[in-house]
Amino acid sequence: MGEVFFIGLLFVIAISAIWVVSSPNLVHSAVSLLFTLFGVAGLYVFLYADFLAATQVIIYVGGILVLIIFGVMLTNRIDKPVIESNSSNKIIGVFVSGFIFLMLSIIVFQTNWGEISNNSEGSSSVSLIGKLILCDYLLTFELISILLLAALTGAAMLARKKINE
Amino acid sequence: MNNLQVYLLISSFLFSVGVYAVISRQNAVAILMGIELILNSANINFIAFNRFTSNLEKLDGHVFAIFVTVLAAAEAAVALAIIINLFKNRGSVNVDEARELRG
Repeated sequence: MGEVFFIGLLFVIAISAIWVVSSPNLVHSAVSLLFTLFGVAGLYVFLYADFLAATQVIIYVGGILVLIIFGVMLTNRIDKPVIESNSSNKIIGVFVSGFIFLMLSIIVFQTNWGEISNNSEGSSSVSLIGKLILCDYLLTFELISILLLAALTGAAMLARKKINE
Repeated sequence: MNNLQVYLLISSFLFSVGVYAVISRQNAVAILMGIELILNSANINFIAFNRFTSNLEKLDGHVFAIFVTVLAAAEAAVALAIIINLFKNRGSVNVDEARELRG
């Protein structure tokens, strides 16, 4: 049962990712990005990363995807009936990305990754992550908070209407 | 089926699909979606390696994945602000047409 669900998840991710990059309609791209992100959250569940799965759904699906849909709506003229997004360099793109995928798959299957067989089911990861963030990675955590604040302030400043012009 | 190679394979697939979007799309918002795919593939890698090559009490990969998610949020906000400015100035978000330094 879990096996079938896992394979279905992989297919959902792959097909919706391809539709994200190949759909001529940007709104369709955004909606299938939703399925890709949900699929990745499901992969996190299979990897015993419960906190990350929740974070993925909240931040990516609830935040970034809404931001992207805002971007799609704000950067197209309303009087145009079709939100179009052309593609160029298709052949070069397929060639380059297919080459990268081929190389990466060869590397994936030929390297000895030194796997440890731990089949035990982990407990909830939230308390361990909290301890790590507030002990080992405290400085990084504070730095990334300041970075996020600066980036959001800068974004608000860039996108606002100029008042005195 | 549920082993490290499968996760690395799906993440490299997401990565190359994202690279395809960055190469071939002309709309700036679509390129941004490709970048989100690339960041997601990096996150899958972090968590898969954390799950399969260390013991379960060490969760450093999860912390890194959280940082990557925060960076993705910051990047999306700034990129959309720039894209909206581009649209205000030029009336289109086609990246092939945006080639002047002068606004």
